[in-house]
Amino acid sequence: MMPAAWPRDDPRATRLLHIDPARRTFVDGTIGALRTLLREGDLLVVNDAATLPGSLSGVTESGAPLEIRLGGEQADGSWRAVLFGAGDWRTRTEDRPAPPALAPGATLRFGVLTASIVVVDEQSPRLVSLEFDARGADLWRQIYRAGRPVQYAYAARALGLWDVQTAYAARPWAAEAPSAGFSLTWDLLLELRRRGIGIASVTHAAGLSSTGDATLDARLPLPEKYDVSVATVAAISATKARGGSVVAVGTTTMRALEGASSAGRLVAGEGTTDLVLGPLTRRAVVDGILTGAHEVASTHFTLLESFAPRPLLERAHAFADALGYLGHEFGDAFLILGPREDRS
Amino acid sequence: MDVRGRGVLITGASRGLGAALAKELGARGARLALVARGEQALAEVVTAIRDAGGQAHAIAADVGSKEDVYAIAGAAASLVGDVQLAVHNASTLGAVPLRLLADTACEDLERVLAVNVIGPFRLTKALAGPMLLRGGGLVVHVSSDAATGAYPRWGAYGASKAALDLLARTWASELEGTGVRFFGVDPGEMDTEMHAAAIPDADRASLARPADVAQRIAEMIRDDTIVSGALLDATAWRVER
Repeated sequence: MMPAAWPRDDPRATRLLHIDPARRTFVDGTIGALRTLLREGDLLVVNDAATLPGSLSGVTESGAPLEIRLGGEQADGSWRAVLFGAGDWRTRTEDRPAPPALAPGATLRFGVLTASIVVVDEQSPRLVSLEFDARGADLWRQIYRAGRPVQYAYAARALGLWDVQTAYAARPWAAEAPSAGFSLTWDLLLELRRRGIGIASVTHAAGLSSTGDATLDARLPLPEKYDVSVATVAAISATKARGGSVVAVGTTTMRALEGASSAGRLVAGEGTTDLVLGPLTRRAVVDGILTGAHEVASTHFTLLESFAPRPLLERAHAFADALGYLGHEFGDAFLILGPREDRS
Repeated sequence: MDVRGRGVLITGASRGLGAALAKELGARGARLALVARGEQALAEVVTAIRDAGGQAHAIAADVGSKEDVYAIAGAAASLVGDVQLAVHNASTLGAVPLRLLADTACEDLERVLAVNVIGPFRLTKALAGPMLLRGGGLVVHVSSDAATGAYPRWGAYGASKAALDLLARTWASELEGTGVRFFGVDPGEMDTEMHAAAIPDADRASLARPADVAQRIAEMIRDDTIVSGALLDATAWRVER
């Protein structure tokens, strides 16, 4: 599938393939078809994490250039980060040189912002925890000044922060954009609400999609922070009680909702989940998913197997590809959702 | 809206009405994210609010800069949680002493529109999304009677405030029924540095004190019966004491 090289001028033109896992059918349309594919009483849940300016270019104490990509702030105030060697986004992540070897205590400089390495991962030395020398409002100011959003080699040009935010972005928790929401305009969301379809949110610290290190990539997604509000838990309970469907926008929303479930019950609050979703996942909360059209080889695709068997997903993907669907973060969308009478 | 415990963002909070409103809402228990370019003056406002037992954070940024908008929204959300009230108070007169339109540089008009119209629009776009998700929020535009007055030498500023007023009304119209409300308020003539720059020979005794106007605006914020899209006059607003 060809990647979309740039955000759409008009998200309403996003193509949507509806995959019905029960009937094993797929139908081509545009994102506006959600108006009829979702029904009164259904609930759409989005990830409202804003995208961090998480890519910072800097130097080590000896002057060696490197890039760090922030994976989000941890409970103790330190930040998880992945190190990359010299170069920039024009080189594919997997082709970038390895970063210089750094030990705990090493100092990194990003303009006026300084960070020191606290922990180096035993299996993958490019995965570190670091502490910045600034706090609170001052730290945020420096991060926004020094950082840019994580870039993609397939993009037509360098992405600004405004190119990678959803229409409802709130706290900056996401290392990379929760991109399944790019197709959702307020025009569409407000109309869905008028039709009796609920809109709720979680905040999930969507992590990096690629680290340039095969060993580390195999461990993705790393444990990620989430926050599920009391209001969202109530909206989901009410949806289930009236026989409606809960549709997650993006795999990160799904990870938060299923990760926050214990013994089949969704629990409100902040937490960290190490849940890895796949064909054997028993979903407690999510009935369907709106997701980007990602590559068949990706871990993302494995996750979708919790909704539909792989052969059906592969046929749907090939069908969309033949129709000219575009892939990756700024691409087209899939909705995997069965008919209501068959939904769990 | 009862601001107690809520995330509130105020631009232009280092001086004049913005600083007074920050102190008023801080005293009423708001969790404040205060924005201004003047770092030192902003820090003093934050210190004064904290010393009085309030919660405030300083975000040094330029509302008129595209690069700063997500920095403001992201920092505010991190520091005070969901921003449920945004007050667009920052504004610029353009070149002072004020000039006839025929003598106004086009670049001056551009800068006035960037700070007084486009900046607030960008910031509202970044803040209104979460408000719409949660089904509630309030956006206040600080306007001026120059928006309707066609006063000589106030053309650039007045045009920007007229645009801001129409944006408030149109936002209100488009988001009717969502719980996200807008209103514009003309604070009237106040004894501020900005007023002195515009009208250096004004009789200061005849001007309202920013703290009194801030109290009136705080009462407007508290009043949930104000219709979204309203354009209000602070000098005509009665405050019960």
